[in-house]
Amino acid sequence: MESSRAITVTINDVEYEREVEARKLLIHFIRDDLDLTGSHIGCDTGNCGACSVIVDGVLLKSCMLLAVQADGATIETVEGLSESGELTPLQQAFSDHHALQCGYCTPGMLMSATALLRSNPNPSEAEVRKALQGNICRCTGYWNIIEAVKAAGGA
Amino acid sequence: MLLREVEYAKPSSVAEALTILAANDGARALAGGQTLVNVMKARAASPDALVDLNGLEELKGIELGADGTLSIGPMTTYAEICASAEARARPILGEVCAQIADVQVRNRGTIGGNICANDPTNHLPPLLTAIGAQMTIAGAGGERLVPAEEFFIGVYLTAVGPGELLTRIVIPAGRHDGFAAVTLGVDGTCIANAAASVNGSLRVAVGCVAATPVLVHPASADDDAVRDAVRGAGFEAPSDVHASSAYRAHLAEVLAVRAVRQATERASA
Repeated sequence: MESSRAITVTINDVEYEREVEARKLLIHFIRDDLDLTGSHIGCDTGNCGACSVIVDGVLLKSCMLLAVQADGATIETVEGLSESGELTPLQQAFSDHHALQCGYCTPGMLMSATALLRSNPNPSEAEVRKALQGNICRCTGYWNIIEAVKAAGGA
Repeated sequence: MLLREVEYAKPSSVAEALTILAANDGARALAGGQTLVNVMKARAASPDALVDLNGLEELKGIELGADGTLSIGPMTTYAEICASAEARARPILGEVCAQIADVQVRNRGTIGGNICANDPTNHLPPLLTAIGAQMTIAGAGGERLVPAEEFFIGVYLTAVGPGELLTRIVIPAGRHDGFAAVTLGVDGTCIANAAASVNGSLRVAVGCVAATPVLVHPASADDDAVRDAVRGAGFEAPSDVHASSAYRAHLAEVLAVRAVRQATERASA
């Protein structure tokens, strides 16, 4: 039983070792301790999905996980999508289809869509909608986001 | 939001988890955290310590017995149930788990967390009641098997006592089940729900209308008999911004009929 512990996480291929308080949420660790501010906090209540990241291959909301629970994990955040500085086909599709307005939800949308396209490279519109259910956008009405993900999937 | 200071332990066995829980009054088991972490943010719960059950392989997995009985570890996620070939022995399980919240929550939230939270609006308490699930609870005194009717005892309250853990969920064989809900948006929180099973006898449970799932006993699977049974169950449905008490009670009747119809259609297919 301890109120803090040393953890090691690999985020976008970089290993970090930090002492974290048990009460610290993973999103706060990622943003405040590591200064990876691409993942956003939209609601802080587990509803909006702006903080979505991929932990050991699994899409999760990082505001509903403690940082200590990520010890040993490999995490992907939005910063890691474009390794070479070139946009991924999904990111390019977001640009082409004007799938963002204020952009606040976009990091979470991109991570959810990335997870979808990995398991289902050619999703139907219904599958895209189901996959993005945990991500709220208050600007676009979703239409262009769905078009972008479908286009990235080759539809 | 910053959580209140909390201690953290990650036991490597169920026995160790039980020891830690028994030794610390303010300790709470942390399953998927898709409810608990949020209620901690809101300070609706302020445990002194969290005992993280993630990583306990003993509490994971789905086994299908030769007689069709399913034995499910409480730390099995909704997504794992949806993807499990074994869980398809009782198809309603995966069907209902696929309707819970969203991808991210289904990837992390667990069947055990869902029923131990026993939020009256959750999907699984009425479902497990209707399909006759039994829960294994472990504590210092050993293990006991508790039927669903005795497992859910109040709002956010179950038969799992201090220093105890839910360690297994046992579900009998059967394929003729139904579930119906009116939710806040697709896959959202239930305003009212109902589950039915016609494997041998008819079992119907309605949710969101009382502190615990209400098991009702229709004389037959006819619509009128089901409506009469729900009407005569004697619950006083809560009233909130989403539904008045009378409307929620009305929904309970309608949804019970839909769930029974789905179950009987499957039985006659």
